[in-house]
Amino acid sequence: MKVVLQNLTKKFPSRDKRKRDEVIAVRDFNFEIPDGKLIGLLGPSGCGKSTTLNLISGLVKPTEGRIFFGEDDVTELPPENRGIGLVFQNYALYPHLTVRQNILFPLQNLKGKDKLSKEEMENKVIEAAKLVQIDELMERKPRELSGGQQQRVAIARAMVKMPNVLLLDEPLSNLDARLRLQTREEIRRIQRETKITTIFVTHDQEEAMSISDMIVVMKDGAVHQIGKPQEVYDAPVNLFVAKFLGTPPINTFYGRIKENKLYIGDDAVLLVRGVPDTEVFAGVRPEGFILSEEGPFRCDLNRVEVMGRDISVVSTNKECLNPVVRSIIGTETKADIGVDKVAKSGIVRFFLIPHKVFLFDRETEERIDAEVCSL
Amino acid sequence: MRKRKFINSSLKGWLYLLPAILFLGVFMVYPLLDVFVYSFEEGYNSASQTYFGTGFYNYSYVLHDPYFLQAVKNTFVLVVITVPLSTGIALIISIGLHAIKPLRELLQTIYFLPYVTNTLAVGMVFMILFKKTAYSEGLINLLITGLGGTSVDFIDGPYWAKMFVLCFYTIWVVMPFKILILTGALSGVDEQYYHAARVDGTSKFRIFMRITLPMISPMIFYLVITGFIGAFKAYSDVVALFGTNLNAAEMNTIVGYVYDMLYGDSGGYPSYASAAAIILFVIILTITCINLLVSKKNVHY
Repeated sequence: MKVVLQNLTKKFPSRDKRKRDEVIAVRDFNFEIPDGKLIGLLGPSGCGKSTTLNLISGLVKPTEGRIFFGEDDVTELPPENRGIGLVFQNYALYPHLTVRQNILFPLQNLKGKDKLSKEEMENKVIEAAKLVQIDELMERKPRELSGGQQQRVAIARAMVKMPNVLLLDEPLSNLDARLRLQTREEIRRIQRETKITTIFVTHDQEEAMSISDMIVVMKDGAVHQIGKPQEVYDAPVNLFVAKFLGTPPINTFYGRIKENKLYIGDDAVLLVRGVPDTEVFAGVRPEGFILSEEGPFRCDLNRVEVMGRDISVVSTNKECLNPVVRSIIGTETKADIGVDKVAKSGIVRFFLIPHKVFLFDRETEERIDAEVCSL
Repeated sequence: MRKRKFINSSLKGWLYLLPAILFLGVFMVYPLLDVFVYSFEEGYNSASQTYFGTGFYNYSYVLHDPYFLQAVKNTFVLVVITVPLSTGIALIISIGLHAIKPLRELLQTIYFLPYVTNTLAVGMVFMILFKKTAYSEGLINLLITGLGGTSVDFIDGPYWAKMFVLCFYTIWVVMPFKILILTGALSGVDEQYYHAARVDGTSKFRIFMRITLPMISPMIFYLVITGFIGAFKAYSDVVALFGTNLNAAEMNTIVGYVYDMLYGDSGGYPSYASAAAIILFVIILTITCINLLVSKKNVHY
């Protein structure tokens, strides 16, 4: 079922009643979530992503705007009538009930014509448990389960009623790194199998990028960019989005456009067409550096970190906004041989890969649409 | 080597425990054992440290004493009425307090006041409410007569009237503590459970029965157990309400009977007192064991 958010706004009254200032948690959110997709709401903490999720769930009422599930306006509907499944950050499994009872709980609430017979309930519970592969653990209490298993039970409980929309609030944040990888694949698989429109909230960009069909990048209650993960990564609309996506983060430099050339410090690093002379921020993805003795861009070498698959050249540049310039060099280029050479001189030189370099306006921090190419 | 280390550390442990063990041993365990021994010694005299013989005579005497049987009946009536009622009412009030936002602090303070109020002051209030004096009929009687009923003497009158006052007083006195514990327990329940239940379309009643109650069940259980024990040990409240001649007022409790046997006007019988105390101990032990058995099924930690 598609979900449409129209001018969705949520203001919370200020704590201090004398002051009139309100906290705008979500500002004018417009988005049509296509049917059967996995959507990641992404942003730093306090950006309003959880509030957005709660608005969709109905636990929070919007100040303005409307929410549609399919063609139906659900803005005024209470959560229980929306047909949603919600997985909470700390799972909210009822501690005194067994796994079976936890999954059964939503079904027992059904009344009137939806009421199920005992056998039907049992079948649905087993079906949901099988989906998340916990059918072996049915008689355990939540506290006898590992974090990952609890997470699965929570998903099973949310799925047992076959909701129209599945909502997950920071589903992976309570898991350790290894389980996180595993569980996110799991979420992806379950979503693919059931084709339920799924929206999940995360502050971890890697998590969002890796499993989402589309990501929504939010900051201070406002949506900054919506798109497929790779598109957003390759064409961020502004400096915030560029900085937020990618590990290691993008390297940002004070730059200047002069006579169709991009200067960082005194180095002319790239050709830029179609932009008048101006001051800019230049963002260079870590993988946008090519180590070369002839490279036009000079940095002071700090150290070389070898991480197995790649090596990371850590250097400094006084025009850089980040504390260090971090460049990732793939070892298949045999640049590691070059590293030894440059390491002695104390200065590293790079070519920059044009499509890994973004220019942003100094004032607005919006991306400048320019044709960038090598010198 | 390892063994010596173990002995060393357990020795240290005992050393740390020593003050408590000494204190409890001298002032708790020894007297308890002593009472147990007295209860089998016929006509023990604490001044001369003599007795006639040993056996179950003391128990037989106490169990045939109409005053003791009256005391047992009073105590059981008090327990059976006040423990469920006070816990239930406290639960209802706590849920109310938990549900409202404005004035919550003020109301909590008001409900807690009886706990910090001096017993004598409370006694005064109950006098004004219930006691007939030369000057007034008592507030409750004014109310009853005002509504067209006939006035009742709550302090020196019929048995049920006195029992009503005693139960009313007991419930009122134990309520603040129970409310305090229960509001604490209620606010300890994570909001997310309620959110989850709401999303699943759970009715309010079902949320209460299936989520709230099980989640606070350890605290309810604690209150029931301490409530039972407290009510079985009732004495001072009864004295505050009906004076020291409780046997005459038909209002004696088991602890009251024990006291009377020791120090009362007809007292001086430590053997009977000990036997009564042991009987009380056995009753409380039995009830608590039953409580524990029931709780195994219904209390969720």
